Amino acid sequence: MTSHMVTVRGTVHIDTEGCKGCELCIPACRPAVLVMSTDVNDTGYRYPELLPGCTGCRACLDVCPDFCFEVFKYEHPVEVQVESAR
Amino acid sequence: MTVEEPAMHPVGDKLPSLLQSGEHDLCPGCGEPVAIRILLETLAELGLSTSTIGVVGIGCYTAFARTLDVDLVQALHGRAPSVATGVKRMQPTKAVFTLQGDGDMVNEGLQEVLHTAARGENVTCVLLNNGVFGETGGHMTATSVLGQRTKTSLDGRDPDYHGYPIVIGDLLAQLDGAAYIARGSVQNAGAVARTKRMMHKAFETQLAGEGFSMIEVLTMCPTGWFVPTAEGPGYMGETLGQVHVMGELKTRRPK
Ligand SMILES: Cc1ncc(C[n+]2csc(CCOP(=O)(O)OP(=O)(O)O)c2C)c(N)n1
Ligand code: SF4
Ligand code: SF4
Ligand code: SF4
Ligand SMILES: [Mg+2]
Repeated sequence: MTSHMVTVRGTVHIDTEGCKGCELCIPACRPAVLVMSTDVNDTGYRYPELLPGCTGCRACLDVCPDFCFEVFKYEHPVEVQVESAR
Repeated sequence: MTVEEPAMHPVGDKLPSLLQSGEHDLCPGCGEPVAIRILLETLAELGLSTSTIGVVGIGCYTAFARTLDVDLVQALHGRAPSVATGVKRMQPTKAVFTLQGDGDMVNEGLQEVLHTAARGENVTCVLLNNGVFGETGGHMTATSVLGQRTKTSLDGRDPDYHGYPIVIGDLLAQLDGAAYIARGSVQNAGAVARTKRMMHKAFETQLAGEGFSMIEVLTMCPTGWFVPTAEGPGYMGETLGQVHVMGELKTRRPK
Protein backbone atom coordinates (compact mmCIF):
# COMPACT_ATOMS: atom_id res chain seq x y z
CA MET A 1 0.00 0.00 0.00
CA THR A 2 1.44 3.37 -1.05
CA SER A 3 0.60 6.70 0.52
CA HIS A 4 1.17 10.37 -0.25
CA MET A 5 0.97 13.72 1.56
CA VAL A 6 -1.91 16.11 1.00
CA THR A 7 -1.94 19.79 2.05
CA VAL A 8 -5.12 20.73 3.90
CA ARG A 9 -5.92 24.45 4.16
CA GLY A 10 -9.45 24.35 5.48
CA THR A 11 -12.48 22.26 6.22
CA VAL A 12 -16.25 22.19 5.89
CA HIS A 13 -19.01 21.14 8.24
CA ILE A 14 -21.77 19.49 6.21
CA ASP A 15 -25.42 19.35 7.31
CA THR A 16 -25.93 15.90 5.83
CA GLU A 17 -29.55 15.72 7.04
CA GLY A 18 -30.45 18.95 5.22
CA CYS A 19 -28.92 17.71 1.97
CA LYS A 20 -31.21 16.87 -0.97
CA GLY A 21 -28.58 14.99 -2.95
CA CYS A 22 -28.49 17.34 -5.96
CA GLU A 23 -24.70 16.89 -6.43
CA LEU A 24 -24.14 20.52 -7.44
CA CYS A 25 -21.36 20.81 -4.84
CA ILE A 26 -19.34 17.97 -6.37
CA PRO A 27 -18.07 19.71 -9.56
CA ALA A 28 -17.86 23.03 -7.67
CA CYS A 29 -15.00 21.67 -5.58
CA ARG A 30 -11.77 22.39 -7.51
CA PRO A 31 -9.54 19.97 -5.57
CA ALA A 32 -12.28 17.31 -5.94
CA VAL A 33 -12.37 16.45 -2.26
CA LEU A 34 -16.15 16.10 -2.04
CA VAL A 35 -17.59 12.71 -2.94
CA MET A 36 -21.17 11.49 -2.68
CA SER A 37 -21.85 8.96 0.08
CA THR A 38 -23.11 5.48 -0.55
CA ASP A 39 -25.34 5.72 2.55
CA VAL A 40 -28.47 7.86 2.49
CA ASN A 41 -29.75 10.36 5.08
CA ASP A 42 -33.13 10.11 6.85
CA THR A 43 -34.87 11.67 3.83
CA GLY A 44 -33.30 9.11 1.51
CA TYR A 45 -30.73 11.30 -0.20
CA ARG A 46 -27.03 10.58 -0.67
CA TYR A 47 -24.90 13.46 0.63
CA PRO A 48 -21.33 14.75 0.14
CA GLU A 49 -18.45 13.57 2.31
CA LEU A 50 -15.13 15.39 2.65
CA LEU A 51 -11.78 13.82 1.77
CA PRO A 52 -8.50 15.41 2.92
CA GLY A 53 -7.40 18.42 0.82
CA CYS A 54 -10.03 21.13 1.37
CA THR A 55 -8.74 24.65 0.62
CA GLY A 56 -11.55 26.52 2.41
CA CYS A 57 -12.53 28.23 -0.86
CA ARG A 58 -16.29 28.10 -0.07
CA ALA A 59 -17.30 27.23 -3.64
CA CYS A 60 -19.45 24.37 -2.27
CA LEU A 61 -21.28 26.78 0.04
CA ASP A 62 -21.87 29.25 -2.79
CA VAL A 63 -23.60 26.70 -5.06
CA CYS A 64 -25.56 24.63 -2.53
CA PRO A 65 -29.31 25.31 -2.75
CA ASP A 66 -29.93 23.82 0.68
CA PHE A 67 -27.53 25.76 2.90
CA CYS A 68 -25.64 22.63 3.97
CA PHE A 69 -22.11 24.03 4.26
CA GLU A 70 -20.14 25.95 6.84
CA VAL A 71 -16.58 26.68 5.69
CA PHE A 72 -13.42 27.26 7.73
CA LYS A 73 -9.89 28.21 6.83
CA TYR A 74 -7.00 26.80 8.86
CA GLU A 75 -4.63 29.36 10.37
CA HIS A 76 -1.75 27.23 9.06
CA PRO A 77 -1.86 24.53 6.36
CA VAL A 78 -1.63 20.96 7.64
CA GLU A 79 0.06 18.05 5.87
CA VAL A 80 -1.96 14.84 6.02
CA GLN A 81 -0.85 11.38 4.96
CA VAL A 82 -3.44 9.58 2.83
CA GLU A 83 -3.44 6.17 1.21
CA SER A 84 -3.09 6.39 -2.56
CA ALA A 85 -6.04 5.10 -4.57
CA ARG A 86 -3.96 2.68 -6.62
CA MET B 1 -8.27 11.26 8.72
CA THR B 2 -6.99 13.93 11.16
CA VAL B 3 -7.18 13.32 14.90
CA GLU B 4 -8.04 16.81 16.07
CA GLU B 5 -8.94 19.95 14.13
CA PRO B 6 -6.26 22.67 13.97
CA ALA B 7 -6.88 26.36 14.70
CA MET B 8 -9.22 27.84 12.11
CA HIS B 9 -11.59 30.71 11.42
CA PRO B 10 -14.94 30.69 9.61
CA VAL B 11 -14.96 31.97 6.01
CA GLY B 12 -18.55 31.12 5.22
CA ASP B 13 -21.55 30.80 7.54
CA LYS B 14 -24.16 28.16 6.90
CA LEU B 15 -26.88 30.80 6.58
CA PRO B 16 -26.74 34.39 5.36
CA SER B 17 -27.42 36.66 8.36
CA LEU B 18 -30.80 37.72 6.90
CA LEU B 19 -32.14 34.16 6.57
CA GLN B 20 -33.78 32.62 9.62
CA SER B 21 -33.78 29.00 8.46
CA GLY B 22 -32.11 26.99 5.71
CA GLU B 23 -35.05 24.60 5.49
CA HIS B 24 -37.31 25.04 2.49
CA ASP B 25 -39.43 22.86 0.26
CA LEU B 26 -37.96 23.90 -3.08
CA CYS B 27 -36.79 21.00 -5.26
CA PRO B 28 -33.31 19.42 -5.15
CA GLY B 29 -30.96 21.33 -7.44
CA CYS B 30 -33.15 24.45 -7.65
CA GLY B 31 -31.15 27.59 -8.42
CA GLU B 32 -33.48 30.02 -6.64
CA PRO B 33 -32.13 29.57 -3.08
CA VAL B 34 -28.61 30.16 -4.42
CA ALA B 35 -29.70 33.48 -5.95
CA ILE B 36 -31.48 34.42 -2.73
CA ARG B 37 -28.23 33.87 -0.82
CA ILE B 38 -26.49 36.29 -3.22
CA LEU B 39 -29.23 38.87 -2.62
CA LEU B 40 -29.17 38.53 1.17
CA GLU B 41 -25.37 38.58 1.45
CA THR B 42 -25.31 41.72 -0.70
CA LEU B 43 -27.85 43.53 1.49
CA ALA B 44 -25.81 42.68 4.61
CA GLU B 45 -22.50 43.63 2.98
CA LEU B 46 -23.90 47.03 1.93
CA GLY B 47 -25.12 47.69 5.48
CA LEU B 48 -28.78 47.54 4.41
CA SER B 49 -29.93 44.78 6.80
CA THR B 50 -32.32 47.03 8.73
CA SER B 51 -33.10 49.60 6.04
CA THR B 52 -34.52 47.50 3.23
CA ILE B 53 -38.05 46.72 2.10
CA GLY B 54 -38.62 43.87 -0.33
CA VAL B 55 -41.65 43.34 -2.54
CA VAL B 56 -42.18 39.69 -3.38
CA GLY B 57 -43.87 38.34 -6.47
CA ILE B 58 -45.45 34.89 -6.82
CA GLY B 59 -43.49 31.78 -7.65
CA CYS B 60 -41.46 29.08 -5.94
CA TYR B 61 -39.19 31.75 -4.34
CA THR B 62 -42.23 33.16 -2.48
CA ALA B 63 -41.73 30.36 0.06
CA PHE B 64 -38.75 32.36 1.34
CA ALA B 65 -41.08 35.18 2.45
CA ARG B 66 -41.54 33.05 5.59
CA THR B 67 -37.85 32.96 6.48
CA LEU B 68 -36.29 36.19 5.16
CA ASP B 69 -35.35 38.53 8.01
CA VAL B 70 -36.21 41.59 5.86
CA ASP B 71 -39.36 43.75 5.85
CA LEU B 72 -41.51 42.45 3.01
CA VAL B 73 -44.68 43.27 1.12
CA GLN B 74 -46.42 40.53 -0.85
CA ALA B 75 -47.55 41.78 -4.24
CA LEU B 76 -50.17 40.29 -6.54
CA HIS B 77 -48.74 38.32 -9.46
CA GLY B 78 -46.58 40.59 -11.64
CA ARG B 79 -47.37 43.81 -9.77
CA ALA B 80 -44.23 44.00 -7.62
CA PRO B 81 -42.51 46.85 -9.56
CA SER B 82 -45.59 49.08 -9.15
CA VAL B 83 -45.87 48.25 -5.44
CA ALA B 84 -42.14 48.94 -5.08
CA THR B 85 -42.67 52.31 -6.79
CA GLY B 86 -45.17 53.29 -4.12
CA VAL B 87 -43.00 51.96 -1.27
CA LYS B 88 -39.93 53.83 -2.49
CA ARG B 89 -41.79 57.11 -3.03
CA MET B 90 -43.16 56.94 0.52
CA GLN B 91 -39.93 55.63 2.08
CA PRO B 92 -37.13 57.15 -0.02
CA THR B 93 -34.44 56.40 2.55
CA LYS B 94 -35.04 52.63 2.34
CA ALA B 95 -33.46 50.33 -0.20
CA VAL B 96 -36.40 48.82 -2.08
CA PHE B 97 -36.21 45.69 -4.19
CA THR B 98 -38.57 43.28 -5.91
CA LEU B 99 -38.07 39.52 -6.04
CA GLN B 100 -39.80 38.07 -9.09
CA GLY B 101 -39.73 35.14 -11.48
CA ASP B 102 -39.87 35.23 -15.27
CA GLY B 103 -43.52 34.17 -15.26
CA ASP B 104 -44.27 36.87 -12.72
CA MET B 105 -42.29 39.69 -14.35
CA VAL B 106 -42.34 38.92 -18.07
CA ASN B 107 -45.74 37.23 -18.48
CA GLU B 108 -48.11 38.34 -15.75
CA GLY B 109 -46.70 41.82 -15.21
CA LEU B 110 -44.64 42.90 -18.20
CA GLN B 111 -46.12 46.38 -18.36
CA GLU B 112 -45.42 46.99 -14.66
CA VAL B 113 -41.68 46.47 -15.03
CA LEU B 114 -41.51 48.33 -18.36
CA HIS B 115 -43.18 51.44 -16.97
CA THR B 116 -41.22 51.30 -13.72
CA ALA B 117 -37.98 51.19 -15.70
CA ALA B 118 -39.14 53.87 -18.15
CA ARG B 119 -40.05 56.20 -15.27
CA GLY B 120 -36.58 55.65 -13.89
CA GLU B 121 -37.97 54.64 -10.50
CA ASN B 122 -35.14 54.33 -8.05
CA VAL B 123 -35.78 50.67 -7.18
CA THR B 124 -33.94 47.41 -7.84
CA CYS B 125 -35.80 44.53 -9.47
CA VAL B 126 -34.34 41.07 -8.91
CA LEU B 127 -35.49 38.58 -11.54
CA LEU B 128 -35.01 34.83 -11.12
CA ASN B 129 -35.27 33.60 -14.71
CA ASN B 130 -35.68 29.86 -15.21
CA GLY B 131 -37.76 29.96 -18.38
CA VAL B 132 -40.77 28.25 -16.81
CA PHE B 133 -43.72 28.89 -14.54
CA GLY B 134 -42.03 26.65 -11.97
CA GLU B 135 -44.51 26.73 -9.15
CA THR B 136 -47.60 25.90 -11.15
CA GLY B 137 -45.99 22.91 -12.86
CA GLY B 138 -43.39 24.03 -15.37
CA HIS B 139 -45.33 25.67 -18.18
CA MET B 140 -43.68 27.73 -20.93
CA THR B 141 -43.10 31.42 -20.19
CA ALA B 142 -42.27 34.43 -22.34
CA THR B 143 -38.56 33.83 -21.66
CA SER B 144 -38.52 30.10 -22.61
CA VAL B 145 -36.09 29.72 -25.49
CA LEU B 146 -36.84 28.20 -28.89
CA GLY B 147 -36.67 24.43 -28.70
CA GLN B 148 -37.08 24.41 -24.92
CA ARG B 149 -39.19 21.54 -23.62
CA THR B 150 -41.75 22.55 -21.00
CA LYS B 151 -45.07 21.11 -19.79
CA THR B 152 -46.86 23.12 -22.47
CA SER B 153 -44.23 22.74 -25.20
CA LEU B 154 -43.32 19.07 -24.89
CA ASP B 155 -41.80 18.99 -28.37
CA GLY B 156 -39.87 22.19 -27.72
CA ARG B 157 -40.89 25.82 -28.12
CA ASP B 158 -41.92 26.31 -31.73
CA PRO B 159 -41.82 29.90 -33.03
CA ASP B 160 -44.63 29.26 -35.53
CA TYR B 161 -46.98 28.16 -32.78
CA HIS B 162 -45.62 29.72 -29.54
CA GLY B 163 -43.86 32.81 -30.83
CA TYR B 164 -40.41 34.03 -29.86
CA PRO B 165 -38.91 34.60 -26.42
CA ILE B 166 -38.73 38.03 -24.81
CA VAL B 167 -35.15 38.78 -23.79
CA ILE B 168 -36.21 41.00 -20.94
CA GLY B 169 -32.84 42.32 -19.77
CA ASP B 170 -31.91 43.54 -23.25
CA LEU B 171 -35.38 45.07 -23.67
CA LEU B 172 -35.19 47.01 -20.39
CA ALA B 173 -31.64 48.17 -21.16
CA GLN B 174 -33.01 50.19 -24.09
CA LEU B 175 -35.11 52.42 -21.82
CA ASP B 176 -33.58 55.75 -20.83
CA GLY B 177 -34.85 55.40 -17.26
CA ALA B 178 -32.83 52.23 -16.74
CA ALA B 179 -29.50 52.99 -15.08
CA TYR B 180 -28.14 49.51 -14.42
CA ILE B 181 -29.19 46.24 -16.06
CA ALA B 182 -27.18 43.06 -15.70
CA ARG B 183 -27.66 39.34 -16.17
CA GLY B 184 -25.90 36.78 -14.02
CA SER B 185 -26.46 33.13 -13.27
CA VAL B 186 -25.92 30.53 -10.57
CA GLN B 187 -24.53 28.00 -13.01
CA ASN B 188 -21.29 27.46 -11.07
CA ALA B 189 -19.21 29.07 -8.34
CA GLY B 190 -17.55 31.50 -10.77
CA ALA B 191 -20.90 32.68 -12.07
CA VAL B 192 -22.12 33.12 -8.49
CA ALA B 193 -19.12 35.37 -7.72
CA ARG B 194 -19.71 37.47 -10.86
CA THR B 195 -23.42 37.75 -10.12
CA LYS B 196 -22.64 38.89 -6.60
CA ARG B 197 -20.61 41.80 -7.99
CA MET B 198 -23.52 42.70 -10.29
CA MET B 199 -25.95 42.54 -7.35
CA HIS B 200 -23.73 44.99 -5.46
CA LYS B 201 -23.70 47.38 -8.42
CA ALA B 202 -27.47 47.20 -8.82
CA PHE B 203 -28.04 48.26 -5.20
CA GLU B 204 -25.23 50.83 -5.36
CA THR B 205 -27.06 52.35 -8.34
CA GLN B 206 -30.16 52.74 -6.20
CA LEU B 207 -28.21 54.10 -3.21
CA ALA B 208 -26.64 56.72 -5.48
CA GLY B 209 -30.12 57.70 -6.73
CA GLU B 210 -29.21 56.99 -10.34
CA GLY B 211 -32.51 55.40 -11.34
CA PHE B 212 -33.95 52.00 -12.14
CA SER B 213 -31.82 48.90 -11.75
CA MET B 214 -32.53 45.28 -12.62
CA ILE B 215 -30.44 42.23 -11.92
CA GLU B 216 -31.57 39.10 -13.71
CA VAL B 217 -30.25 35.77 -12.45
CA LEU B 218 -30.60 32.62 -14.53
CA THR B 219 -31.58 29.86 -12.11
CA MET B 220 -31.82 26.11 -12.62
CA CYS B 221 -35.24 24.45 -12.59
CA PRO B 222 -34.35 20.78 -13.11
CA THR B 223 -37.95 19.77 -12.36
CA GLY B 224 -39.45 22.01 -15.03
CA TRP B 225 -36.69 21.22 -17.52
CA PHE B 226 -36.97 17.42 -17.11
CA VAL B 227 -33.24 17.06 -16.42
CA PRO B 228 -31.34 15.38 -13.54
CA THR B 229 -30.21 17.91 -10.91
CA ALA B 230 -26.51 17.48 -11.71
CA GLU B 231 -27.20 18.29 -15.39
CA GLY B 232 -29.14 21.49 -14.60
CA PRO B 233 -26.22 23.91 -14.91
CA GLY B 234 -24.99 22.39 -18.19
CA TYR B 235 -28.49 22.38 -19.66
CA MET B 236 -28.92 26.01 -18.66
CA GLY B 237 -25.68 27.03 -20.35
CA GLU B 238 -26.66 25.29 -23.58
CA THR B 239 -30.24 26.58 -23.74
CA LEU B 240 -31.33 29.66 -21.76
CA GLY B 241 -27.76 30.93 -21.44
CA GLN B 242 -27.35 31.08 -25.23
CA VAL B 243 -30.23 33.56 -25.59
CA HIS B 244 -30.25 35.32 -22.23
CA VAL B 245 -26.52 35.98 -22.27
CA MET B 246 -24.68 36.75 -19.06
CA GLY B 247 -23.12 40.19 -18.67
CA GLU B 248 -23.70 43.84 -17.89
CA LEU B 249 -26.25 45.15 -20.38
CA LYS B 250 -26.29 48.75 -19.22
CA THR B 251 -24.33 50.63 -16.62
CA ARG B 252 -23.44 54.13 -15.58
CA ARG B 253 -21.14 52.65 -12.94
CA PRO B 254 -17.40 52.15 -13.44
CA LYS B 255 -16.68 48.67 -14.88
C1 LIG C 1 -53.12 36.44 -10.92
C2 LIG C 1 -52.54 35.08 -10.78
N1 LIG C 1 -52.45 34.27 -11.84
C3 LIG C 1 -51.90 33.03 -11.73
C4 LIG C 1 -51.42 32.60 -10.52
C5 LIG C 1 -50.79 31.23 -10.42
N2 LIG C 1 -49.35 31.22 -10.29
C6 LIG C 1 -48.74 31.10 -9.10
S1 LIG C 1 -47.08 30.96 -9.19
C7 LIG C 1 -47.15 31.04 -10.88
C8 LIG C 1 -45.92 30.86 -11.71
C9 LIG C 1 -44.80 31.75 -11.34
O1 LIG C 1 -43.75 31.58 -12.24
P1 LIG C 1 -42.41 32.38 -12.06
O2 LIG C 1 -42.70 33.79 -11.70
O3 LIG C 1 -41.57 32.16 -13.27
O4 LIG C 1 -41.74 31.72 -10.77
P2 LIG C 1 -41.08 30.27 -10.57
O5 LIG C 1 -42.10 29.45 -9.89
O6 LIG C 1 -40.65 29.75 -11.89
O7 LIG C 1 -39.93 30.55 -9.67
C10 LIG C 1 -48.45 31.19 -11.34
C11 LIG C 1 -48.87 31.28 -12.74
C12 LIG C 1 -51.51 33.47 -9.41
N3 LIG C 1 -51.03 33.13 -8.20
N4 LIG C 1 -52.08 34.69 -9.55
S1 SF4 D 1 -14.41 24.74 0.67
FE1 SF4 D 1 -13.66 24.50 -1.46
S2 SF4 D 1 -12.12 22.90 -1.32
FE2 SF4 D 1 -13.32 22.79 0.59
S3 SF4 D 1 -14.91 21.25 0.17
FE3 SF4 D 1 -15.78 23.26 -0.34
S4 SF4 D 1 -15.38 23.50 -2.53
FE4 SF4 D 1 -14.03 21.85 -1.83
S1 SF4 E 1 -25.14 21.02 -3.17
FE1 SF4 E 1 -26.01 20.91 -1.11
S2 SF4 E 1 -27.96 19.81 -1.34
FE2 SF4 E 1 -26.77 19.46 -3.20
S3 SF4 E 1 -25.67 17.51 -2.80
FE3 SF4 E 1 -24.29 19.18 -2.21
S4 SF4 E 1 -24.70 19.45 0.00
FE4 SF4 E 1 -26.41 18.27 -0.83
S1 SF4 F 1 -40.22 23.76 -9.70
FE1 SF4 F 1 -38.28 24.56 -10.46
S2 SF4 F 1 -38.14 26.65 -9.62
FE2 SF4 F 1 -39.72 25.57 -8.45
S3 SF4 F 1 -38.64 24.72 -6.66
FE3 SF4 F 1 -38.67 23.13 -8.25
S4 SF4 F 1 -36.72 23.40 -9.34
FE4 SF4 F 1 -37.08 25.31 -8.19
MG1 LIG G 1 -39.93 30.93 -13.53
